[in-house]
Amino acid sequence: MSSVESVPPPNLVAPPRRRGRRSSLRSWRRGDQLIFVLAWTAGVALCLITASIIVFLAVKGVAYLSPKLLVTSPSAAVNQAQSGGFLDPIVGTVTLAVIGTLIATPLAVISAIWVVEYGRPRWLVGIVETSIELIAGTPDIVIAIFGLALFQLGILAPLSFRSTGGGVYGRSFLAAGIMMSLLALPLTYTATRNGLRAIPRHMREASYALGKTRITTIRRVLLPSLRPHVATGAVLGMGRIIGDTAIVVVLLGATLQNSPENGVPLLGFLRGTGSTLSSYIYDNSPAGEGNAPQKAYAAVFVLVLIIVALNAIVGRVSRIGVHASAGTGRLSR
Amino acid sequence: MSGARAVLERLRKPWSDNRAERMLGAVACLTALSIVAMVVFVAQRAWPTFSHDGLSWLGSGGNLDNQIGAMVSTPANPPASAFVFHAWPLIYGTLLTAVFAVVLGLAASILTAIFIVDFAPPAVRRLMTPVIRLLASIPSVVFGLIGVLVLVPFVGNDLIGAGQKASVANVIQLTGAGLLVSVVILTVMITPIMTALITDALGSVPRSWHEGAVALGLNPLRATIAVSIRAIRPAIISAAALATARAVGEAIMLSMVSGGVSFTPKFQDGVIFLFEPLRTLAEEIVQQSEGLSAPALRSSIYSIALLLLFSGFMLSIASRLARMPLRKYELSS
Amino acid sequence: MSTRIEGLPSPCGLAPSGEVRQNDTMSINQLVFAPPATDAAPLMNTNPLRAVSPLTGPERMRISEISVFYDGVPAVRQASLAIHQGEVLALIGPSGCGKTTLLRTLNRLTELTPTASHSGQITLDGEDIHELEDTKLRTRVSMVFQQPNPFPMSIFDNVAFALREQSRRRPRRRELEPLVKQALQRAGLYEEIRGDLDRSALRLSGGQQQRLCIARAIATNPEILLMDEPCSALDPRSTAVIEDLILQLRSELAIVIVTHNLQQARRIADRVAFMYLGDLVELGDAGQLFEAPREERTREYIAGAFG
Repeated sequence: MSSVESVPPPNLVAPPRRRGRRSSLRSWRRGDQLIFVLAWTAGVALCLITASIIVFLAVKGVAYLSPKLLVTSPSAAVNQAQSGGFLDPIVGTVTLAVIGTLIATPLAVISAIWVVEYGRPRWLVGIVETSIELIAGTPDIVIAIFGLALFQLGILAPLSFRSTGGGVYGRSFLAAGIMMSLLALPLTYTATRNGLRAIPRHMREASYALGKTRITTIRRVLLPSLRPHVATGAVLGMGRIIGDTAIVVVLLGATLQNSPENGVPLLGFLRGTGSTLSSYIYDNSPAGEGNAPQKAYAAVFVLVLIIVALNAIVGRVSRIGVHASAGTGRLSR
Repeated sequence: MSGARAVLERLRKPWSDNRAERMLGAVACLTALSIVAMVVFVAQRAWPTFSHDGLSWLGSGGNLDNQIGAMVSTPANPPASAFVFHAWPLIYGTLLTAVFAVVLGLAASILTAIFIVDFAPPAVRRLMTPVIRLLASIPSVVFGLIGVLVLVPFVGNDLIGAGQKASVANVIQLTGAGLLVSVVILTVMITPIMTALITDALGSVPRSWHEGAVALGLNPLRATIAVSIRAIRPAIISAAALATARAVGEAIMLSMVSGGVSFTPKFQDGVIFLFEPLRTLAEEIVQQSEGLSAPALRSSIYSIALLLLFSGFMLSIASRLARMPLRKYELSS
Repeated sequence: MSTRIEGLPSPCGLAPSGEVRQNDTMSINQLVFAPPATDAAPLMNTNPLRAVSPLTGPERMRISEISVFYDGVPAVRQASLAIHQGEVLALIGPSGCGKTTLLRTLNRLTELTPTASHSGQITLDGEDIHELEDTKLRTRVSMVFQQPNPFPMSIFDNVAFALREQSRRRPRRRELEPLVKQALQRAGLYEEIRGDLDRSALRLSGGQQQRLCIARAIATNPEILLMDEPCSALDPRSTAVIEDLILQLRSELAIVIVTHNLQQARRIADRVAFMYLGDLVELGDAGQLFEAPREERTREYIAGAFG
């Protein structure tokens, strides 16, 4: 009989954890003491600033927001303080988000798939990745101003309309939406690419071993696993689009009410001008034309609520589907 | 119609890998195409300024507001003299706000990252991620609104004394909208992104390095600074480049709080330097985006846009170059 | 001061420890260290150093009834032993038996784990290590880990690391150079890399990296060197080099090495402690423990009945 089986263990009770003497703060270098204090200050300050912003906006928003505002169109007057809501801007925001995401997501997913799964020739991959990095770093007004130059081309007149002088106006929902997709593209691309890299190699190899082509593997094996990543990326992109003001100001014509062009109903609307929540806020602040800070606060409240909701979705989705990285780093569980 | 059908039929059949690769690659190259198109379109519209002025428009000379104002009403074929303007005040304003904001923001981000990884209690650490993500997704127009409705009046009424206002009254108005508010808000805007990137990098440093440093007798903060911060220098550089690009391109928020006067704040003015108004390149584009039919104004604005575009490219290149010598210390992946 | 600890076998025929043991032990050691009748000589280290008797010095560390708990679950139960200068003490036992945990309590590295708590006392040269500042303690008790973990810096910066960070003002490179050179020489690495101290440490081979970690650990002239399975990630040749190194270093320090490789323990250890499921089952001279273990469990482990 082996003595490996037990000797019953003596009954040991764990004492409360007590720390041995640690090097006191005073014995640290001066610089380290300062950094310690500053690090705590920075962390606490960040939380305080965020909290105060949210609380302030919530207080102001609740004070000035009424449900009527959500369903009334803005009045035609320049000064919004008296009457009118922001239904049109809300519609505008949603429209741009939809257009932008619809264009950006397939583009981003296909590019990511091509880069990760095919990836030849290597110099082309470098060009594509660099381009996306450059797009991500381009300021939104430059994208806006490029959009203006682009959509004022004669051949793109159907996407907006011709103004009285005969020149192409170049400002419409379509124009703004297409340019918005450039904002969302890098975010969706990065999320998809990371998702592809996270899929372990053996999944692909199992499919190839069964004789499937690469494209079939992508469609049947990889895409389903990518859904949470693509969703995260798309929602991130949507958040960025919704928050953007510069492209709207330049490319949406800045009419308070959505003014469709005549013609086919939906297409006319898309070819027309209008506003979004972000441009509405801008216009109603002291920096814009109107001067209705109460309306502005109310609109800000709605905008921030939408963004908080989108953030929550991102948090949820990325926790459910995404592979948690095991890792050996200090923040990994 | 049958032609479209045939195409759809062909698309629906299982693709060969070669065709798939080519099609996907073509889509991916659209991203590169958009960057190229951006440069081409913007440069084309900016060309008249360069052909008339060369690079002298980057320098200083005269009152920029007047020059721009004069351009608005130029006829269709303006003489060469109409293209003359000097944008140095804008460049100076952009550099001033961006540099201050990035320096402050980088310090705050690194300190916050150290706080999150080393000092924060676990509950606080879990709280920080949504906090940072939330702060990062607040749109610039919301920051601008808080700035113009809260901070600017506060600075204008409570921080600036009447005597100070009087002392410069003949040159500019000190309304509170100026350098201080611009830098403060810009810092708050760019810090979350940098903090997220740096915290991520810091948390991915292999635990064994930190443990090894502690085992050699360093206190945890010193271990982090001496090893981990040193190890993530490439990530810090990337984060700084990203934040600089964002700060340089910020238009909407700054147009609400910067004062909107093309004035160059001077260090020699003492404390008042902080309160002096300014204007940045990006702001100028937004402000003038309405009336871009005047050719002189149009080419001036597009040359500013070209400048911003190239500065974004330069930042990308600089960030890569700066990270190269650090490669030899990275673990081979 | 008596160094006899209750319950531990006294080394037969020798003066009580506390004095330097003399060469009259050599004959006993040579007898005891005759190669075992069976097996396993291919990797037998016939290093001449092995025959020299260790100059065992004074007791440096004493561990009294140490129990370590993770989240209330005991990982080490009431272990007691003493560590003397000039000897290599090997902690052996199957995986998960607590030897690494015991090692890590010696330099208070267990404090890095939030769920760890302990009872019992550990003294270094008579002082309770929990009364010392942890940073100071770790300069006197250094550790080398299982996976070589050189920092992402140059070789020079790695070895000079502790020296630089320890002092309040940053010493200049000129002051550090002789100390770095000395540490690298003691670690047996200097000759191989003498020209190129500014090369990145990550470019060294595995065995060289581990020797660099040893050099880094001894740069502060510690009294005790703790080694947590330092050769388990290395190939046999690097292992042999490091084992030679350990034998050379032991005259200046006390070395405690955790190993699950019994042959290695045979080759380099002077005293061996066998741990099983958190208990310190047996402690004794290497020769005596391997040839004539007193406990049943020890005998079975050495014979390979479990592991």
